[in-house]
Amino acid sequence: MKRAIIIGGGIAGMQTALQLKSQGIESLIVERESELGGKLRDWHVLFPSFTPAADVLSEMRHKIHATGIEILFSAQVADFSATEVRLADGRTLGCDAVVVATGFSLFDAKIKEEYGYGIYDNVFTSADVERMLNEGRVTKADGTTPKRIAFLHCVGSRDEKVCQSHCSKVCCITGVKQAMEMKRLFPDADVFNFYMDIRMFGPGYEELYREAQLKHNIHFVRGRISEAGPTIDGRLQIKAEDTLTGRPLRMSIDMLVLLVGMRANDDNTRFAATTGLQQAPSGFLAPRDLFLSNVKSPVAGIFYAGAVSAPKSIGEVINDGSAAASAVAEYLNA
Amino acid sequence: MKRNSWSDYQKQIADDHYYYARSCIRQNFFPGSEKAFIDILHDDLGRDLLDDPKHSSCTGIGYHSDIVPLETIMTVVARQFALMTEAGYEHFVSSCITSFGIYSEILATWAEFPETEERTREYLYKATGREFRKPTSLAHTSDIIFHFREQIAQKAKYRLVNVATGEPLRVVEHIGCHYAKIFPKSGIGGSEFPYVLAGMIESWGGECVDYPERRHCCGFGFRNYLVQANRGYSIANSQKKLESMAPYKPDFIVANCPGCTMFLDKWQYAIAEMEGTTYGEGGHGIPVLTYEEMAGLVLGYDPWKLGMQMHQVDVEPLLNKMGIEYDPAAKYLGRNGKFIGKPASAVVNCCATDTVYDIRE
Amino acid sequence: MATINFGYSISKPRTIDIDRNNLRKSNEILREMPELQTCIGCGSCTAICTAGNLTDFNFRKLHTLIRRGEYQGAYEEINKCMLCGKCRLVCPRGINTRGLMLLIKRKLGDY
Repeated sequence: MKRAIIIGGGIAGMQTALQLKSQGIESLIVERESELGGKLRDWHVLFPSFTPAADVLSEMRHKIHATGIEILFSAQVADFSATEVRLADGRTLGCDAVVVATGFSLFDAKIKEEYGYGIYDNVFTSADVERMLNEGRVTKADGTTPKRIAFLHCVGSRDEKVCQSHCSKVCCITGVKQAMEMKRLFPDADVFNFYMDIRMFGPGYEELYREAQLKHNIHFVRGRISEAGPTIDGRLQIKAEDTLTGRPLRMSIDMLVLLVGMRANDDNTRFAATTGLQQAPSGFLAPRDLFLSNVKSPVAGIFYAGAVSAPKSIGEVINDGSAAASAVAEYLNA
Repeated sequence: MKRNSWSDYQKQIADDHYYYARSCIRQNFFPGSEKAFIDILHDDLGRDLLDDPKHSSCTGIGYHSDIVPLETIMTVVARQFALMTEAGYEHFVSSCITSFGIYSEILATWAEFPETEERTREYLYKATGREFRKPTSLAHTSDIIFHFREQIAQKAKYRLVNVATGEPLRVVEHIGCHYAKIFPKSGIGGSEFPYVLAGMIESWGGECVDYPERRHCCGFGFRNYLVQANRGYSIANSQKKLESMAPYKPDFIVANCPGCTMFLDKWQYAIAEMEGTTYGEGGHGIPVLTYEEMAGLVLGYDPWKLGMQMHQVDVEPLLNKMGIEYDPAAKYLGRNGKFIGKPASAVVNCCATDTVYDIRE
Repeated sequence: MATINFGYSISKPRTIDIDRNNLRKSNEILREMPELQTCIGCGSCTAICTAGNLTDFNFRKLHTLIRRGEYQGAYEEINKCMLCGKCRLVCPRGINTRGLMLLIKRKLGDY
């Protein structure tokens, strides 16, 4: 019986395993954490439909458990080839194909020092906002209600200064979604989104953007915040250019939310060096080509699923998992 | 403030044997500061430092005002390095932030474009017959004081504490743009949260004030203040900072750049005379110190020997807060007890200037 | 006190200061015509504008400034508009630009 090893038990890895199972192929998920779900575990609701992330996750977990797919938890992968995965603890697992579904890393907002993340209390990341929404308590650091909130798009994306030149793709719509969630929580608050471009690539995204403007009176200012400083009353002062009027702009705010980008995992470099995989200039793992073999690596028997190859939305990642499973099935049955 | 990022930016600072390059303008506006630096290093810290009378201006002001070409300033800088080499030193310390920026930028240019270094060596040799080695370390003098801040704290006679209340003094630190904005890695703490002055303040008992316009430029800008018609734009930057810091009621401002110290001090006078606005206690100004003066006060140096009578804004309220012993009447007595003249009274000043020095006149 | 003339005056900031600006009028305008908030800054209104081709009238910039609470001079500026209505035809967001022009004049008569 041929078996595939899936590295990573996030959405991409889970979908790949489920699709392989339905095609009669055994797989083993190697997950470094003690549960499945990856980054989605920390997310509250999904754009553009405000579907609870937990709904998606629990259904997928349920299916995995129902089908009895084998999972190895708390296992760190050291390196691998198409026929063997070596773990950091020295164990070696044999296989006939490998699917790399290791996803991405969140950009560390501290690197953009000018915004004072980790220094000023009321600077948050989009991931912090999701956590607060999950905890059911969104407040300023001192527990009070924000009256003016600013979102900053492209933190750690499209920024040569921090070696992240690529577009992380999902932050624009996340900014719109979170701005609307804030407005629902705090109807009297003013919400400003500072952006360079608004990239609404997916189905229903542009409609959501329009709804945010029209129904929620969310202000979109085209300009990147240049720095955040403290005010005497524990708030923040931000500066930007309102590029559509050509004038500098400043205001004080209660909360600054940094829409942090998706960056390539540090592991990608090591995997590329030891396995013969290729990295795109962004650091993500480059598929064999972008059209007919977009879930295949350049190495026969090694496949990609999900955000390991580029920033992707949850829907796209699920499609990717299915596509990778088909490619694996085709490879193993050949 | 949680400046947890400053330790990510460390630079090598030599422990001893410094070649000292002075600033052009500090000797006029804060004349005791450079002397204090030399005295602190020699007398309090027992370090070797060469104050070489042969070195010249780096011509940075001329360079930034478009009257000194790049090739010329590179050659002048090469000459300073040649003097350092000839004197047997390799750790170059500059008293001026503009110069520090110039030296950093030129060394980086030579590293990036080696042909420019070759050409400079040729120019220097043709013009003066001198040759040079590049310094093994380049530091601003505030880096050196920062480096020895704990030793200074151990020898401190006074602390940056209000003796009446026991509260730490509230200090605004202002970092010259060319200290770390050109090369963030060349400054302690980087460019966004520099720690060079904050570290001194914290070690000596004070508390740093972080305010909305902390990172804003003072407006010095060379050609902008040199041309009278442009000064309104230059002064507006200092005003923006002063307005932003005033609600925090700082006890004093400390800066590490000659231009910033001068501007933040003297523009307070100009703003008060032009618009009637003042930013300090009791309708007067906020005292502005150099870091050497701050270190000197902590070590118990006489404020008038530190040259603090040359400030625009009177420093006496600060001296009183720190509990420093000084002779108010000796303010305008220069070296050897000679009267140096006194300024006309101004809004930003708070001391009754009519009585003090006439006693000894 | 007597002020001294040093031969220059202190420049005034040209920053849009949202804290200092009074957004009441701007909010009133947005309440009556919420679709103004959906402007994507494409500039087709200004490109087609009869007045904008002959004067420095820039409708896109003007209403953006008004939304930020910068009302000074807006009323006079709108006098340059000939109310031809072409801008409304080209607006991809369906904003009633001609109606907006009249609304701004009504709201900002005092400025």
